[in-house]
Amino acid sequence: MRDVLLTAIRGIGFGSIYAMLAVGFVVIYKSSRVISFAQPALMLAGAVLVSYLAGPIGFYGAVLVAALAIAALGLGVERATIRPMIGRPVFVIAIITLGLDIAIRVVVNAFIGSDVRNVGDPWGLSAVDVFGLPVQERYIAMVLVLVVTVGALFAFFQYSRYGLAMRAASLDQETAMVQGVSVGAMMALSWAIAGGLAAVAGAFVGAGGGIEQNTWIIALKALPAIIIGGLDSVGGAVIGGLLVGLVESFFATYQGEYLPWLGQNFSLVSPYVLLLVVLLVRPYGIFGTREVERV
Amino acid sequence: MSEPLFEVDETGEDVTRADTASSAAELSPAEKAATREEHLKLAEGALVRADDLVAGYVPGVNILRGCDFYLQDGELVGIIGPNGAGKSTLLKTLFGLIPVRSGEVTLRGESITGAPAHRLVSMGVGYVPQNNNVFPSLSIEENMQMGVFLRPKTFKERFDYVIDLFPLLGERRKGKAGALSGGERQMVAMGRALMMDPSVLLLDEPSAGLSPVYQDEVFIRCRRINATGVSIIMVEQNARRCLQICDRGYVLDQGRNAYTDSGRSLMNDPKVIELYLGTLAKAQ
Ligand SMILES: Nc1ncnc2c1ncn2[C@@H]1O[C@H](COP(=O)(O)OP(=O)(O)O)[C@@H](O)[C@H]1O
Ligand SMILES: [Mg+2]
Repeated sequence: MRDVLLTAIRGIGFGSIYAMLAVGFVVIYKSSRVISFAQPALMLAGAVLVSYLAGPIGFYGAVLVAALAIAALGLGVERATIRPMIGRPVFVIAIITLGLDIAIRVVVNAFIGSDVRNVGDPWGLSAVDVFGLPVQERYIAMVLVLVVTVGALFAFFQYSRYGLAMRAASLDQETAMVQGVSVGAMMALSWAIAGGLAAVAGAFVGAGGGIEQNTWIIALKALPAIIIGGLDSVGGAVIGGLLVGLVESFFATYQGEYLPWLGQNFSLVSPYVLLLVVLLVRPYGIFGTREVERV
Repeated sequence: MSEPLFEVDETGEDVTRADTASSAAELSPAEKAATREEHLKLAEGALVRADDLVAGYVPGVNILRGCDFYLQDGELVGIIGPNGAGKSTLLKTLFGLIPVRSGEVTLRGESITGAPAHRLVSMGVGYVPQNNNVFPSLSIEENMQMGVFLRPKTFKERFDYVIDLFPLLGERRKGKAGALSGGERQMVAMGRALMMDPSVLLLDEPSAGLSPVYQDEVFIRCRRINATGVSIIMVEQNARRCLQICDRGYVLDQGRNAYTDSGRSLMNDPKVIELYLGTLAKAQ
């Protein structure tokens, strides 16, 4: 029982990170019907920035600055490389984001070097006692940061003028334009939101273990998460991210014992197994709407 | 050999304006009014004006091919014409949604050729697109908030004004716009366009797809809105009904204005009747 709970907590912790990344994918998708493959690079860039800033200004300050800086980077990248491509086929834009990802990572890797970089988080692997369970503090922090960021995002969409405009533009770009909304500005805003979320996710990915050049791969776990949740649903992305975290965590703990014939490290592919199962039952994801086009 | 089904113009389809103008003696008054010379005279001081517009979607294909248009302050102008004539394209071009290849659009004498939509909205031009013109999963109130996206502070005052015109929008304000009937959605779209207190409203087939009762309702509303000082450009399939209520009408054909006159005169113009209002035209 104790192991089951600890496994679940670890799953929800990492799942929270996947959820933040997944929400970024979904926000961009809703504004432009494009999956941005630049998310891993933005995540890594945010993590690296935090690793450099945590010393001088502290971890929390560093996370804030990194979120704002990577949001600005996302804004700039959208303006410079995506906006001029509006109207081109979606897969062309998706390929461009793939190129962006590689380009940004080349620069970021130079700042990582070949070793593991500590992000300067205050938790490390230390645990607190919760009802007799030794729960790692970083997992609690990961869940809290998900609640805060996604809660703020929901409030933004629900109660602010620009949030409403983003919802409207994602429903119908032409009709939104007719109201005086600049659809380009909404796309830029979506890139900024996704960038900020990716940077925060990056900082927490590094919590406990640090980051290295290969850490970007973690961001790809958001892909099964968004497809499970439904490409156009922010709430679905959160659920999808948490599910991916849970499935992965349980496979990591128990598969060797109960399903040894699946081989070693099966937990790495387990999110895709979950993905297949969900798509067989619900082809548009759990919360997705029908008109979503698969890229 | 049997007779050809269609008369083919030997010179090709591009009958230029100059050709028609040379035989001015045979032009009906409405045809004459649609010539460039008359347009230049009558469009003097117009609120909205388009001169010799050429525009299209695909490179190399012009949909508007030298279209002239004007709207005087306070007018309700109808645009009719066969399907595919370019009526919707003309509205979109006036509103800056389609790049202008040549020609000019002005608002109160100021050039707005190629101006972005948000600039036009803030200059007092409202546009209601032809189809799917509400945000279905937003509430009616949120749709109205989008109407004043550029001037959020005026929301309450303007919403009160719109509710006065369309009481239903007040009663169902929390309901999703997507749950409304076609006619009710049309009210949402028109109400939303009125939120910015526009001086010009561009309406693309406001009566399309509505039951006859609702169609009448829409035309009556348009007259009422016009009476409050909003100038209106209305594209309509329901040509007779449109000409009945408008001050002036245009008949658009193949991307050009072929006829223009008062609504009443157009309805009585033998050529317009034969080509656009008669049974033959209906059958198209
Ligand atoms: N988005 C578009 N892309 C390419 N061609 C279009 C588009 N919309 C309309 N057209 C073409 O432009 C012509 C005029 O269309 P439109 O202005 O909608 O006509 P109307 O409103 O008078 O029925 C038609 O031949 C139509 O096929
Ligand atoms: Mg049309």
